Amino acid sequence: MQNIRPKADAVIVGLGWCGSLIAEELTRAGLNVVAIERGPWFETATDFPPSIDTDELRWDTRRSMLLPPAVETTTFRNNRSETALPTREWNLNELGYNVGGSGTHWAGMAWRFTPWDLQPYTQTVERYGKEKIANGLILQDWGVTYDELEPFYDRFERIAGVSGKAGKLNGEIVADGNPFEGNRSSEYPLPPLESTRLTDLFRDAAKSLGQHPFMVPAGQTSRAYVNPLGVRMGPCTYCGYCLYYGCGNFSKSSPNACVIPALMQRENFTVLTDSAVVRVNKSEDGKTATGVTYIDKNKKEWVQPADMVILSAFQMQNVRLLLLSKIGQPYNPETKTGTVGRAYSFQTVSGASLFFEDEYLNQFIGAGALSQQVDDWNGDNFDHSDKDFIGGAGILVVARGARPIGNADALPPGTPRWGKEWKKAYTHAFQNATFIFGQGTSFSHEDYYLDLDPEYKDDNGNPLLRVTFDYNENDRRSAKFIEEKSVEIGKAMGAKTVIGTNSASGNYSPYNFASDHTIGGAVMGTDPKTSVLNRYQQSWDMHNLFVLGASSFPNNAGYNPTGTIGALSLWTAKAIIDQYLKNPGPLVKV
Amino acid sequence: MKRREFLTSVAALGMASSLPIAKAETVQGGQPWEPGKINTPPAPRKGGLQYLTQQEFDTVGAIAERFIPADDLSISGKEAGCATFIDRQLAGDYGNAVAIYRLGRFVKGTPEQGPQSPLTPAQRYRQGLAALDAWTCKNFSKAFVALSGEQQDELLRRMEANQLDLGPDVETKVFFELLLQNVREGFLADPIYGGNKEMASWKMLGFPGARYDFRDLIGKKGKKLNIIPTSLIDNTL
Repeated sequence: MQNIRPKADAVIVGLGWCGSLIAEELTRAGLNVVAIERGPWFETATDFPPSIDTDELRWDTRRSMLLPPAVETTTFRNNRSETALPTREWNLNELGYNVGGSGTHWAGMAWRFTPWDLQPYTQTVERYGKEKIANGLILQDWGVTYDELEPFYDRFERIAGVSGKAGKLNGEIVADGNPFEGNRSSEYPLPPLESTRLTDLFRDAAKSLGQHPFMVPAGQTSRAYVNPLGVRMGPCTYCGYCLYYGCGNFSKSSPNACVIPALMQRENFTVLTDSAVVRVNKSEDGKTATGVTYIDKNKKEWVQPADMVILSAFQMQNVRLLLLSKIGQPYNPETKTGTVGRAYSFQTVSGASLFFEDEYLNQFIGAGALSQQVDDWNGDNFDHSDKDFIGGAGILVVARGARPIGNADALPPGTPRWGKEWKKAYTHAFQNATFIFGQGTSFSHEDYYLDLDPEYKDDNGNPLLRVTFDYNENDRRSAKFIEEKSVEIGKAMGAKTVIGTNSASGNYSPYNFASDHTIGGAVMGTDPKTSVLNRYQQSWDMHNLFVLGASSFPNNAGYNPTGTIGALSLWTAKAIIDQYLKNPGPLVKV
Repeated sequence: MKRREFLTSVAALGMASSLPIAKAETVQGGQPWEPGKINTPPAPRKGGLQYLTQQEFDTVGAIAERFIPADDLSISGKEAGCATFIDRQLAGDYGNAVAIYRLGRFVKGTPEQGPQSPLTPAQRYRQGLAALDAWTCKNFSKAFVALSGEQQDELLRRMEANQLDLGPDVETKVFFELLLQNVREGFLADPIYGGNKEMASWKMLGFPGARYDFRDLIGKKGKKLNIIPTSLIDNTL
């Protein structure tokens, strides 16, 4: 006897940003929606109020809000000549394990990608020719353009309560914003966060070099705010407990703070928490999804039938679920055929360590996205004619909190790591050490991909996802270029010691915390031979299956991904409501 | 409404995982609210040792004193309670590697593939401290705690450089990094966890601790702020 729940119009797997945004849209349109979340219910006032939020050991050092590797992890190898092994300990795969997903613990950098980022093939070939594309590099257009996505970026920013200053508004360049951004139809909903000594130093140094610094758009509300869903947020207090922490002030943008309070008022919405979806179920002819199977606490299997299945379980788990469910053709790196697991990318990070002498940076005052950046060397914002790479990076400093435990090794080279000298050096470094972060474009490559591991399993007996990845030659070259640019800015900031850093100079490792942005594997596109999803994030293989998340990106831009993930979720929601529901079937004909 | 509850009391080695695997909770018709429930931290109980033996505790205390000596900047790591902190951590989820993936074959791989060992932190301490005392007894006829400060520093430096053979069961460098990391945690974490007595490390660094609102101070850029720190509970065990 199977345990079967009543049928839903739509089942959503994973209640993070994507899941909550699309659930809000679909329930408002009248659909009966069930969301299934592996983690527990999470609530600001009871799970991370200010009274218990200020705890670095618990939330940061011990990662108490994140998905433990014991529950699920990936296996990893740099290339196919190695045997993949489990990534057993805490690593850069920073998944959520709660209602709200990683959107509860993120840093809050709320970006739009640029027009070039979404059409990298067409625009690169137009400007530089095909020869600019390195051997084996995967470069392909997303199928949706920035102009089409613009209203959805706008909507996401309003729901999230993003604080920033427009740089390009209705065709006009505006002072103090980012002159390189895609054109905006309106200002940000809130003005930028306050600046700090660190961001002022960066701003002044960048200006002295003729660059164009601006405050990074932040998912922290600079003022009290009521969003379009009627949800109220409080003003950011610059407490510095942001990345890895929940926000006790209702001032960090998150599904919990921005969407779920409105969503939970709807009688046609149900959340099943503490339930792990293990596969998407298929019709007998394999052409549609019929719902999902999940496992509850007592290890009992349940079926949730639904007319529509939406995967929003985070980039890695989306790809894993497709593979476990045997939907689509897995990518074969030898024949270079298949699409599921293909086009996996990351974030190419380089920069500089800075040590000042007589500063009081007071970095314990901050917010996750309190940051100054220059985009002069990002994407295709500069002429690459004489360069042997494409792409670049946003270069920034961030005042994100002081991390006494986490920063205990942020010391000038050669400093002892313990003893009297360490105490003295660390006390000085606590106010004088910081870093410049070059957050770079990352392109996927034919040799690097995701598939199911042949040996290692989770405790349900299902294969773990295997990651085969290393930095490609194009990205190694751009990282080196950005390192040089970062050192230049560091020196202009007046730091006594400036040391270039480059995570892409060696081999990639999940234990090198360059970034936690894992991208691709179930990409959107115009051609079923090179993508898993069409431009509406609808599966080419099953018209009633949609997959939302950074798994959709064929390449990563020099920005954090969440804003684009949010905009794409709203874009897909509109396509479902306006087109799909009226005429269920493929939204794109090939 | 289920919430993560991490096992914090005496969790004997070998107990089943305390990771939350709750039954399916159906949530509908409003945000759930369970009166009286708040997600307090897994702070340790008072009382005697919960994992380390007295000898192990004293050795960890001696190491904490070398890593963080007393001077005019602060009390020592030993006085700050690092050994108590570590004892409590080893008795709980962290010590039992509850969050770590420990299924399947353990095969050593490339450096990029990271740790591939079945040993938990609690096991590494037990084995490592015993091996350290065995080494010092063999070479100095004394336990580690009985050596002079300079002798202890010399041994710790050798461990740091991976130049001290503690036998086939102990990865010396890994053990050293674990000790350094945990002593630092004990010194720098909130006092609720048993260390950082009277916020000694935060006073040294000028870190405000459990503060949540800096809107009145953010404008005072680049200035020494002299904030009196606060903590979750100022309570040394």
